[in-house]
Amino acid sequence: MEFLIQQTMIYAVPLLIVALAGVFAERSGVINLALEGIMIFGAFVGVLFINTAQRYELFSKEQAQGLMLLTMAVTALSGALFSLLLSFAAVNLKANQTISGTALNLLAPALVLFLINVIANQNVLSMANGDAASWFMLKRADLGFTQTEELNFFERTFLIRNYLTTYICIAIFIILSVILYKTKFGLRLRACGENPHAADSLGINVYKMRYAGTTISGALAGIGGFVFALTTANASSTGDVAGFGFLALAVMIFGNWNPLSIAGASILFGLFKCIAAAYATIDINGDGVFALAELGISTNFYRMLPYLITLLVLAFTSKNSRAPKAEGIPYDKSTR
Amino acid sequence: MNKNLPSIENGRKLLQKDSFKTALSSLISILIGIIVGCIIVVIVAVASDEITFKGGIEGVKLILFGLLCKGRDAAGELVFGFNPVNIGNMLFRATPVIMTGLSVAVAFKTGLFNIGTPGQYLIGTAATLIIALSIPSDAVASWIIWILAFLGGMAAGALWGMIPGIFRAYLHINEVLACIMTNWIAANLVTWIFENSPFRNGAESGKVGYIMKTTANSVETPKFGLDRLFSGSQINAGIIAACLAAVIIYVIISKTTLGYELKACGSNRNAAEYAGIKGKRKIVLSMAIAGSLSGGAAALYYLSGNTEFFWSTYQSLPSEGFNGIPIALLAGNNPIAVIFSGCFMSALNIAGQQLKNFTAYNEFVTDIIIAVIVYLSAFSLVIKMLLSKRSKREILRGNRTTAPVNLAKSEIEPEERQADE
Repeated sequence: MEFLIQQTMIYAVPLLIVALAGVFAERSGVINLALEGIMIFGAFVGVLFINTAQRYELFSKEQAQGLMLLTMAVTALSGALFSLLLSFAAVNLKANQTISGTALNLLAPALVLFLINVIANQNVLSMANGDAASWFMLKRADLGFTQTEELNFFERTFLIRNYLTTYICIAIFIILSVILYKTKFGLRLRACGENPHAADSLGINVYKMRYAGTTISGALAGIGGFVFALTTANASSTGDVAGFGFLALAVMIFGNWNPLSIAGASILFGLFKCIAAAYATIDINGDGVFALAELGISTNFYRMLPYLITLLVLAFTSKNSRAPKAEGIPYDKSTR
Repeated sequence: MNKNLPSIENGRKLLQKDSFKTALSSLISILIGIIVGCIIVVIVAVASDEITFKGGIEGVKLILFGLLCKGRDAAGELVFGFNPVNIGNMLFRATPVIMTGLSVAVAFKTGLFNIGTPGQYLIGTAATLIIALSIPSDAVASWIIWILAFLGGMAAGALWGMIPGIFRAYLHINEVLACIMTNWIAANLVTWIFENSPFRNGAESGKVGYIMKTTANSVETPKFGLDRLFSGSQINAGIIAACLAAVIIYVIISKTTLGYELKACGSNRNAAEYAGIKGKRKIVLSMAIAGSLSGGAAALYYLSGNTEFFWSTYQSLPSEGFNGIPIALLAGNNPIAVIFSGCFMSALNIAGQQLKNFTAYNEFVTDIIIAVIVYLSAFSLVIKMLLSKRSKREILRGNRTTAPVNLAKSEIEPEERQADE
């Protein structure tokens, strides 16, 4: 059971953060299809940073948690910078946002694979020494437990063998959701996505707000990409995140652009991904019965399920969809 | 009156034509993309220890002329000339992307962004391979199997393409979202279909991850003598089929009532409905045509007999699908121009392979160039506006000395018109 919960959290947390990234961009009025590309770029920058820090011995293994936090900040910055390409095209040049997003999705893997090949002469960039689990996972010694102490369920599931990034990301999610819904800045941001002309008439600079929304979106997607590479790919960058960015888009749509529903949706989709990856070995209540394996449903069905149910939800609730009304439409003051 | 117009007027009229502006903006995008690629190559050459500046210049030469590269001579210098293997391979690889480019272009004409080409391509692959490998070739003649497999691939792609079309037409859901979902559903579905399939290549060692080539059932695209023209390459008659498809699509779009109705739905759906065109059915039909073209792309690629399909596709989507988007954008959605932009993209890919084979660079530089070109195409409208602003200024300046130009006419020149002549 701890395994199920831990694996679900590992898949759910990057989905959560990247779906929130999509929400920030779309709530400000810019369709951000480039989530996948920004994730790829963030993963690459994060792994490169760790690799360089290890090669030049700037951080020892005891300072690994500090290295991880610093890397998160660096990847946030890199994601924000990469998303500037999208915001420049969407806001200043009033370009077609879906095509610009697709262009960034094509640019990121090409750029990342090119740089990886130049740096490492192969198609994968990993850590210079050790692996992600031994360096960055929370171990008994970090938390003050001895090697043979008995741990209760809570400690076994949520404290040991987890990454600190999981909890930091959850905290970022809560803080940013509060900012989006309870502060003046968040209200103005949302206004720019629903009715930018009305917002403009009140003196809000719609261009700046859209830049802010897309930049925050890029930063979050960068963090999401790095967390994904760290926790699921053993801190290696391959120029690919296996469609996670698009799955986060599905989470955002399924969650109706609303943080609480997005949290629920990401846990659900994380559960599906976890089952798809490990269903033969999941023992739900520890009685030795692998119930899911005996159901006989193919793992491909579990992998397909998130996209299928998003399509079904789209089909049945399109009238209640709370998509920001002015998303995707470039804002032009002269059309007021 | 027209006969007496000075030739400067004719030049200005050319500059104002929408299709000319589209072509010019595409050329500018290509130019800037290639320049960015060359800059990256030179920067890497300067920054890296192993690659000298001379290596950087070689990289730039290969990006520009890679199609003509024949390798290195005894002195280690790059030799350029007519290379039939490269050109043949370029045409071979251009075949599927011309078809996916057509797919995206047809959808754009109707005002839809068909980003679901990878999913339709995958479903087409599955249908084609299953039909081509399951009908025993001793019972049925192999050319009949080829035609059945080709039509099956197109039909499967059409069905898959209709799904986002139905979502858009009847449920008012953005087709981009529906396409992205169907892409990944297709990726998992195809892996599921082939997971325990008898068509996996169990005969050759280590190849269980691939489906058998269609030559295993004696089905392959005929060469029609092209392999003697470009000997040593993988070319086959598929390129002729792709060009034929482009011509057929051009005829449908420009010369038939159906094409007119599709374009009308794309330009102004409300006006089209007012004129009696059933917009919803046209959207579904347009996506079905687009899907069938992507399925046909897959069919042409895998029926060639020398390609193997890696069936575990649930992690990544085929690049031929997404590469159709820049091809359609560069061609301004004109089906005949798609042939040329498809060949251009394919030539860029060959240049990337040459970079990998003959220099210390890798093939991803050309992918970067293609991505930059797509990025620039996103604001091709802005480039077109810049171009038309300049010609308006020249008209105003020239107005003082030559005969008065009809300013009113140039102002109502509709720049937002999407239907190309």
